[in-house]
This record gives sequence, structure tokens and C-alpha cells, in this order.
Amino acid sequence: MKIKTREDLDALKRQGLQSLYPHNPKITVGMATCGIATGARKVFDALSEEVGKKKIDVVVARTACIGFCQKEPLVDVLSPGGERIYYKEMTPENALQLLDRADGAQIPDNWALFRMEGEENLIEDKKIRYVETQSRKGNNKIPLYEELPFFEKQVKVALRNCGFIDSEKIEEYIAKGGYYALLRVLTEMEPEEVIEEVKRSGLRGRGGGGFPTGVKWASCRNASGEPKYVICNADEGDPGAYMDRSILEGDPHSIIEGMIIGAFALGSHEGFVYVRNEYPLAIEKLKIALTQAGEYGLLGEDILGTGFHFNIKINRGGGAFVCGESTALMASLEGKVGEPRAKYIHTVEKGLWERPSNLNNVETWANVPAIIARGADWFSSIGTEKSKGTKVFSVVGNINNTGLVEVPMGVSLREIIYDIGGGIPGDKMFKAVQTGGPSGGCIPEELIDLRVDFDQLTGAGSMMGSGGMIVMDENTCMVDVAKYFVDFLREESCGKCVPCREGIKRMHEILADIAAGKGKEGYIELLEDIGFILKEGALCALGSTAANPVLSTIRYFRGEYDTHIREKRCPAGVCRELVTYSINPEKCTGCGRCVKPCPVEAIVGQKKQPHGLDVEKCIKCGSCLEVCKFDAVVRQ
Amino acid sequence: MKIETTKVDEVIDSFGRDLSQLIGILQDIQATFNYLPREALVRVSERMEIPLSQVFGVATFFKAFSLTPRGRHQINVCLGTACHVRGGTRILEQLERNLKVKSGGTTDDLRFSLESVRCLGCCSLGPVVVIDDDTYGRLNQEKVSKLIDQYE
Amino acid sequence: MIILTIDGREIGAQDGWTVLQAAQNVGIEIPRLCYHEALSSSGACRLCSVEITTKRGRNRIVTSCLYPAEEGLDVQTNSEKIKRLRRGLMELLLARCPNSNKIKDMAREMGVTEPRFRLEQEECILCGLCVRVCQEISEAKAISAVNRGIKKEISTPFYDLAETCIGCGGCAYVCPTGAIKIENNKIRLGDKIFKELSPEEVKKVEEKLEKGKKPIKKE
Repeated sequence: MKIKTREDLDALKRQGLQSLYPHNPKITVGMATCGIATGARKVFDALSEEVGKKKIDVVVARTACIGFCQKEPLVDVLSPGGERIYYKEMTPENALQLLDRADGAQIPDNWALFRMEGEENLIEDKKIRYVETQSRKGNNKIPLYEELPFFEKQVKVALRNCGFIDSEKIEEYIAKGGYYALLRVLTEMEPEEVIEEVKRSGLRGRGGGGFPTGVKWASCRNASGEPKYVICNADEGDPGAYMDRSILEGDPHSIIEGMIIGAFALGSHEGFVYVRNEYPLAIEKLKIALTQAGEYGLLGEDILGTGFHFNIKINRGGGAFVCGESTALMASLEGKVGEPRAKYIHTVEKGLWERPSNLNNVETWANVPAIIARGADWFSSIGTEKSKGTKVFSVVGNINNTGLVEVPMGVSLREIIYDIGGGIPGDKMFKAVQTGGPSGGCIPEELIDLRVDFDQLTGAGSMMGSGGMIVMDENTCMVDVAKYFVDFLREESCGKCVPCREGIKRMHEILADIAAGKGKEGYIELLEDIGFILKEGALCALGSTAANPVLSTIRYFRGEYDTHIREKRCPAGVCRELVTYSINPEKCTGCGRCVKPCPVEAIVGQKKQPHGLDVEKCIKCGSCLEVCKFDAVVRQ
Repeated sequence: MKIETTKVDEVIDSFGRDLSQLIGILQDIQATFNYLPREALVRVSERMEIPLSQVFGVATFFKAFSLTPRGRHQINVCLGTACHVRGGTRILEQLERNLKVKSGGTTDDLRFSLESVRCLGCCSLGPVVVIDDDTYGRLNQEKVSKLIDQYE
Repeated sequence: MIILTIDGREIGAQDGWTVLQAAQNVGIEIPRLCYHEALSSSGACRLCSVEITTKRGRNRIVTSCLYPAEEGLDVQTNSEKIKRLRRGLMELLLARCPNSNKIKDMAREMGVTEPRFRLEQEECILCGLCVRVCQEISEAKAISAVNRGIKKEISTPFYDLAETCIGCGGCAYVCPTGAIKIENNKIRLGDKIFKELSPEEVKKVEEKLEKGKKPIKKE
């Protein structure tokens, strides 16, 4: 059935509303990659089986990631006229008990993470209340979604539907206001108007570059050459960043709608989504969404009966971080190796096949329908003066509340790490937060009140980048962190230009020497020299920012480098060659648990007698430390 | 080694001989043969009218591709930053010891291919290992050793 | 006619010229390794880097072999930053190819003799000139860059005799370091020996390469 009128769209919307808020109780399981990795599929299967077998009047549904990944598998129960309660870390056994709750049985409060009295519809600017009458009071022992520290400061724009809809059901996307922005664009707006709206909103690229999106669109529209191409960069490569994956899995239609709007504004009829090879579930969800959009006439020929035609292809990456760079991505789409080229002539003028090409990141595209629906003024009222709107961050590493958060630009690192992130586990000390991936740097404690936007972090030697935020505690060695990033870039460099290929290789040699206790005086200056060559000489941003992790750790943690070089010691106890393992005879009970896992048979001892560790044989693999239940293995 | 070029043709045709889908085409061919045989790349070059030097360049540039037969099971150890700070490297080293191969290699009996990847996007569960299509989180050296026994 | 300034000199350039071409046209020498007038520019060696300030005041370092000459551009080919960059590049190249006379000579001219890095024993600097000759002049497309990053190397498909090679020897002709050479009338890359030279093809490719060296005339 092809949608040709607003009434057609409304009809599908009604179907979606029924699906989202059915008359019978609904249990939803979070089934994004994070959920599945913790066992959500088993939970879903157990529920489906039980409901089917006993013919229980409950709908078992699926959704994606709501952002609180630490607590997955998440399962929520929506009772008609009642509240929506979210339960954390669910097992199949516990989940089956929830089925009983739909009948009114009691569930332990500590299973619950939060409750919701209603749900926001950002696109339509309204709130849908679950609880119809005031008389049905909620369970006050369970915090409200808005009060939970993890969600309190969040404003979900790009993630507006993630965790709230089944991304395989286009009608649910429509029920949340989806595709109405597209309808308005195609039937009521001129391309220039669309571009003006995006310009006025102040939206800047969310992939790391931060270039004003409206300006980019205008340049592409004005460029000469046919055909024009619209590209979505879904090659999310920063280690620790997975916001794009979540949007692809949780709300692929937001990207599709955004791209069609963009294509109309630019005069393009061919689109590509270049998805990273390592995201099979995301590709699957996107395929389903594209097929559905096509079936309903929202994509392809004669979209919404307006005569506008636009097609989107999915192109898989092959496992190359450098293909996240726009010119490398385009080279890859041309069937060539992913080598970047100079951008003295912009890709909006000469991009894919030397034609005008507009490339934007997943999160950027996801913002577009919201901007059109709610207006540029609304969007620009969020955020800071030069960084409008919100940003999605993946907060990972040594943090209590690992997950995806979306906050207005201008929120501070402290707020994200402590208020939202819940601080450092095990009461350890915060040491640094790494932002911007391999192009970024480490921010120390004293700068933790910096506000996160496109500009503030750059002054401190880092950058916001794609939004990866890796929190590090006192047991992190900053030399090891620098070496880690350089090691990553060394493998991912395309190898074309001298500064990157040779410079990163040599930085790695130097850092490996320092980490192994072979560092010499002058090594830091040598790293800084290479840093200069990379910054000024590299062909693309991978190379020109490659030294950032090294230079920022030198800037804020120079002492640690000096200790490694002068004292041949790793204060954090991380660098393999500089630590020794030993067994504390006072704590060792002689249980022998550590003997078998040792791959080199370095541990000997009598039963119930303190064991001994042969330092000569020890390869420092850490297996003994891992299994000891008495804290008897010492690493220093 | 002789391979059925018709299978290669089928893959190429299923993508409409589209140059922008070269990586996808090579991936499906690799899925068919468990690696990229020379004859398959020659066939791709012929049917898609791309110089063989270009196909070979692409096949060696991207990490997803292997020009030598891979194991029955693919083990991918996540070495993303979050998994790294939670001991991902030690997991990889444990597997290297158990399987007696280095990362990037395949066991002699073609049972496992071991590879590292960054990142899988499951950072809250680090360290993470993916074996074929199964994702395992919250691992340690002991658990991962037991894990691989489940795979023939 | 585009008017720009190079090292304080006001010079004219034709539409479509790069900064390097504009400089060459008036005899201003800019060092380079991966550039050949008859081939497309790659920007791989970065030695032709210059410091520019645009009419609007934007200052940065770009490779002159690719940056288009533009009105009002101010170009410095020998600023302190550029000198430091070039020295650094030569130090890296010298550490990679310590036995190459071409690299040693260029490095010495810039004051670099002892690299502060462990020495490798490569001959190829991965400038890509050989690949571009093969793609653009002889069009045999027999060689390409293979692998990625530090493992990158130039090779024929499968490191084997290339079926499409026509034996023109263009690759050896343009190789700045002699990593590809002619030995006993055969083309040699590293320790692999390839096609026998074909005299007609050699003549053709050398003619085309030499013709490309004449200054460009645009109508």
C-alpha cells in the first residue's frame, strides 16, 4: 500500500499507536546488540514461548537500546491505564514472573530500575500519558524516569525513539510522528527553505568534524554537476563509540527520513549508507526499514505521490577505520582502496565519481526530521552559542553507569561522569577521561568542569569527536593509553603519506620502548617533533590528529612518562615489562587455584601452605591475579 | 585450486555487478569459500571489468578479507578502548596461548581463526569476544578458555 | 590570469594550474619526490608542502602539487615551519631507506644525516609513481599498492608475473630510488623479477613521460 496523502499516513499512524499502546498488557525486551550480548534473546524467547503455550493475554515486544546498557537485559511492562515499569538485569526466570505481574502479582521492588507515567513524543511536541486517571497512584518506591540521575539531564533528540519503538515496525515510527516532516517538506516547502531551516538551526556535523550542516548542504546544492549524491557515514570506527550503531538498530527510519529530506533539498536521487562491517544487526535492521519504506511509497519512485524519487543503497565496509574519513569512504564506494585524498577541492563540489556529494554522519541525519518538525528556533534554543542542539555520548570504561547518553551541548564533563555516569566503580579515583577517540586526548581531573561542545575541549588538547567518552581510573597507565591509541592508528593508517605511515610507526616504537623501560632522555621531545610533522604534514585527519593522544598525555601526565623513562617504573602497575608479580605469604591460603591457570608453571607450593611465584619464569599474563580470591597475588 | 566460478558469478549478479558494492561482493564470495581464492578474484576482475591489480589491492587493504583459508569458527576479541582498560589484551593472549596461533592466524586444524577487532559497540560488557555470531561479555581468562571448547 | 605571490614575488598563473606548476613556471624550485609532470598528483611524500595564506587570511600548510593556484594567494616555500617539516620528512625517509643515494642526497641538502630512529632497509618509499605510470601512461594497470599502513608495498597481483604487463619499463624509469630497476633487460622489483622489456613499449612510454614535462599550454 503506497501512502499518497496525509490521511494515508494518519491511518498507518493509528495502527502504530495501537501497536505501541495496546489494550492488553505489553512486555518489551531490549534487544539491541548490548541486550543480546547479555542474554536478552533468551529472555524474549522464554516470554514468547510461555505466552504462546498458556495463551496469556500479553503482547511480547521488542525494542532496541534505551541507553542504560549497564543494566541490560532491560524488560519493561506497560499495563493499560497503568504505569510503565522498567526492570533491570533480567533473566528468563525472572522475566516469566513478570507475566504474572500483568495479572497483579507482586514483583520485588529492587528488580525495578525506574517507572514512567508517560512518554514524550518529541516530533509532535506532546506527552502521552500512560496513567489515565490520577487515582491510580504509581509505586513511589521506584524512581520516575525523569528523576533517575542517569536520565534526569538527558534530552533525547537523535535518540528520541531508541528503546521506545520496535524498529522493524514502520507504523510505530510513524505513530511517534515519523515521516510527517518529510510530508511537509515534499508538499509545502522549497529546497532552499529546507536548507535555510537547517542553517538557522545551527546543526553541526556530529561525526567529529563539526562543520555547519546547512552550509554544507547549500554548497552542495550550488555546486555544478549531475548526479548529486547523498551519503550517510555509518562507518563508526572510534573504539568505545557506538551511538551510530544504536540509532541504526533502534531507529533506522530517522536516518532514512533525514536522508530523503536532504536529498530533496540538494536535488539528489541516489543515496548510500556506508555501514561498518562489524555491525551485522544494524545492517539487518536498516535493510528491513528500507524495504518497508519502499513498500509504503516513502522511498523509491514517486515518494508520497509527489513525483520525487530517491533510492538508498547499503554498502558494507570491509574493516578499515580510515574509511570513516569522507574521501576514503568515497574511494571505497568507487571500488578502490580506502585511501583519502586532499580536500582542497571539497567533496560537495567533487566527491563520489567527481560529482557533488553530501556526506553526513548518522547522528546528524537523525536530527534532521526533528529540526524540520519542531523548527530551527526550537533546536537552536538547546545547547550553547556555537554548538546548538544535543550530542550523544557513549560513556564507557571505568564508570558505574555505562551507556549512551544524549545531553544538550554545554553540559560539563563532571555532570556526565558523576551525575549521569554515577562515578567510578569500586570507589577508585578518577584519573582522566578520553574524548574524541584516536583523534582526541585525555582530560585530567582539574579540567573536569569543562563544558562539552565543539570548542571547549579543543582548547584543552582534545576534541568532542564522535562522542566517545572513556573514563579511566587510578589503575590506568597514561603511557599505556597513548601506546594503545598509537598502536590502533598504526594498524589503521592507509599508508599513503610519509608522516602518517612512518611517523606513527616511529611513535609506536618510542612508546613501546618507554613502556618496556627502555626509554631514554629526549624521547619526549622526539615524540613532540613527530607530533609536529603529523599535524602539519599529514594528508588527512587520521594522520593530522594522530599525535593528540600522545601529546595530551604528555601535557597532563608528564610525570608518569618521566617515571617510566628515568626510574623504569610504571606507577599504575600496568606496563608489562615493568611490573612484577609476587605472592603475599600472609594472605595466601595455599588453596592452589592459581597453579593450573599459570601457563608456564611458575607457581609452586604445598597444599594449604603459602605458594611461591618464580619471577624468572613468570610471563606476567595475570591469570593468577584473576583467580585469586584472597588478594594474595600482588602486581606492582 | 579449482573453484566453481558459477558461484562467483551468482554473487556478482546478485549485486547487479555494482562497483560500489565491491566489498559486499568480496564478502559474500569469502563467505562461500571461507576465504578469497585467487580464481575468484580473477573472475571478479573479468566480470566486473576492474583491473586485477585493483581487485588484489582492495582484497589486501581491508581487514575483513583473507587470501588463505580461515577456520570453521571466527573468534573476534574486542580490543576497543573500553575493553582494553578492562583487560581485553589479556583475553587475546590467553586465546593465543590456548590455540597456539597469533592474532590474525588460523589453527592448523582449521578449527579457529583468531582476530582482534575494535570496537564492537558493547562497551558496558567488556571484555567482549564474538565467536561466529555469538557475542560473549563480562569475560576473563578462565571463562574464555572454557568458552572455545563449545565450538567443534 | 591568476595573480599570486610566491616567496614575495608576484607571479601569474593560468586557470587550473597548481601552486607547484605556477612556481615551476617561473623557476622557483620546490623539493618533491612523488611528483611527475606527466602524471596525476598524489600528495604522498608531502615534501612539496608550502605555507599559504589565502586572500581571506586563512593560514595553513598544503601540498603545492595539488593546491590550486588562486587569486591573491600568498605562498611561502621556505618558511621556518616548512623547513622543519621537510627535515622531519627526510629524517623519516632516511630511517626507512638509509642506503638510497637519492634520499641521502636530499636529506643532506636539508641538514639531515643521522636519523634518530631505528634504521630499516627498504628501497621503496611508496611514492606511487610506478603505479601511476602503469595506470595512466601505459595503461597496463599491472601493479598496485597492496596491503595497508606499515605493511603497504607495491606489487603485481599475487606477487606473480602480471599478465597485463607490457614490458614498457615506465615503472623503473620514474622510480626515484631505484627500488624498481632494470636488470638484464628485465624489470626487477625487490627480489622479484618480472617482465622482459619490450623496446617499442619502452620508447612509447619514455616519449609520453618526456612530453609531459613541457610546460602546460592552455587555450
